[in-house]
Amino acid sequence: MGGSRINGSEILFRIVLFMMCTLIFLSIIYPLYFIVIASISDSTLVSTGKVLFMPKNISFFGYDQILQDDRIWVGYRNTIFYTFAGTLVNLLVTLPAAYVLSRREFPARRFIMLAFVITMFFNGGLIPTYLLMKDLHLTNTLWMFILPFCVNVFYLIIARSFFESSLPSELYEAAAIDGCSHFAFFIKVALPLSKALISVIGLYYLVGHWNDFFTGLIYIRDNKLQPLQIVLRDILLSNQVFQNGAGAGGNAGGYAQKYADQIKYGVIIVSTLPILMIYPFLQKYFEKGVLIGSVKG
Amino acid sequence: MGSRSVFHTFKRDIHLWLMVFPAIIVIILFNYIPMYGIQLAFRDFDFSKGLTGGEWRGLFYFKQFMDSFLFTDLMKNTFLISFTSIIVGFPAPILLALVLNQIRRKKMKNLMQTTVYLPHFISIIVLVGMLNVLLSPETGIVGYLMKSIGLGDINLLASTSTFIPVYVISDIWQHCGWNSIIYLAALSTVDPQLYDSSKIDGASRWQTIRYIDFPALIPTIVILFILSMGNILSTGFEKIFLMQNSLNLPVSEVIATYVYKIGIVSNQFSYASAIGLFNTLINFVFLFAMNAISKKASNTSLF
Repeated sequence: MGGSRINGSEILFRIVLFMMCTLIFLSIIYPLYFIVIASISDSTLVSTGKVLFMPKNISFFGYDQILQDDRIWVGYRNTIFYTFAGTLVNLLVTLPAAYVLSRREFPARRFIMLAFVITMFFNGGLIPTYLLMKDLHLTNTLWMFILPFCVNVFYLIIARSFFESSLPSELYEAAAIDGCSHFAFFIKVALPLSKALISVIGLYYLVGHWNDFFTGLIYIRDNKLQPLQIVLRDILLSNQVFQNGAGAGGNAGGYAQKYADQIKYGVIIVSTLPILMIYPFLQKYFEKGVLIGSVKG
Repeated sequence: MGSRSVFHTFKRDIHLWLMVFPAIIVIILFNYIPMYGIQLAFRDFDFSKGLTGGEWRGLFYFKQFMDSFLFTDLMKNTFLISFTSIIVGFPAPILLALVLNQIRRKKMKNLMQTTVYLPHFISIIVLVGMLNVLLSPETGIVGYLMKSIGLGDINLLASTSTFIPVYVISDIWQHCGWNSIIYLAALSTVDPQLYDSSKIDGASRWQTIRYIDFPALIPTIVILFILSMGNILSTGFEKIFLMQNSLNLPVSEVIATYVYKIGIVSNQFSYASAIGLFNTLINFVFLFAMNAISKKASNTSLF
């Protein structure tokens, strides 16, 4: 910025820019910060506006209750399993397909791509899909979270564009002369060159699985199979805060209500923290990933 | 290239076919077979005969839907929520990207980007849970603050007049940052020489936004706008569903939530399929209409 002149218009611009950024920053951070301090403060003080910037009457009762709640841990365990197994299957199916569709010498690629893209705009709708899952006996099984829709066409397009631009065809030709098959080339050359892509696509899929509640809502009846998000719905939205029905009885009522909100704030944090912790490490790839994907829509 | 040659190289490309095969199976099984099942909307569902075996009823279920007393309300709610989301929500990420793009200090820009993307990673359940605890009239902080500055006790979660504002604003809070990524990516492709030469011509930074940045975004804006029009009636089932309660139902019942209730909850599969198909058709009309308009107006189109 060294040589540029700073005149009145530029100063005004910088002030407005700074104020807008501050406003945007606070409007996003403050609600999140508030939930953190509310989760360790006295609920009565929270609801009467006494807790705004600092936690007051700090207690970890909410977290204590959460740690003792089996439902949360069963949900957590299920979600972790579905997320990792699901993402692994996603990548195992999406990446090789994207590689193939990026090869110009593969004659069927236009046809297959078109067939895939159509599904982005047109689908059978909820009911035929639901009945199909029932016919396939996937409902009420853990496969429901892993197998169906394990290819996201939008991510496939991003991956294909990435392979197209980062793997010049000379690279494969050289490898082919050395007797390298497509399969070996994909494993030994394409994948190691695509770490940025794999982390972006992997994160997209991961977040999708972690936050998925639709599958649990529609297709799963068995409580033991429910993912974390469904458990969260019971606690956060259906007010089933205490597992053993404490709070329903007369005496426990006031006591329970007092802590119900603290538990809710705590649950929000416990369930969201893992995903918020992974993402800043991968953030630098986002723009790159989207840019590559948008070159050819 | 004729369609014969697409397949006669099969043996040569056997490795490639094996690698793409799982994806083809998945797409056929889970995307195309349900499309085949759409005919359920024109048939009576028969448990013993499956998706396509029931008796043919033609447009019976479509008529039933259009004659039903809920039809006008459902259409009105669906359009109102969708259009408000688009009109208010669509420009927000564009403005945000223009703002973020002006930040010169790298660390500042990074911090801002990390922050604005953050809410996207919060699940819908948690977001609606947050709205519930924060906006609750008895125990929520917003309810308390509203009371203390004399705005009375409107229950923001259960009032017919506040449902759409709460829905739209929280949606912008959650996704505006994430949706700005694509515009930021488009801005990053602007030739730096343009900025240099505009500077020499004495352009202020307001003017570079107006005459360089914004025009650079227009193709992206048009494409994304067409796409969002194509999904006009299918936005936000999950969030609307979770935000619904008996008090806001008159404005929050939309086609998608109704399909869920009719189909999955009360097992009227044929009727629900018909309503779902009706929804898809309207989406299609909007998609094609917007595409045609933009093709004429700006020469940008999806197909």
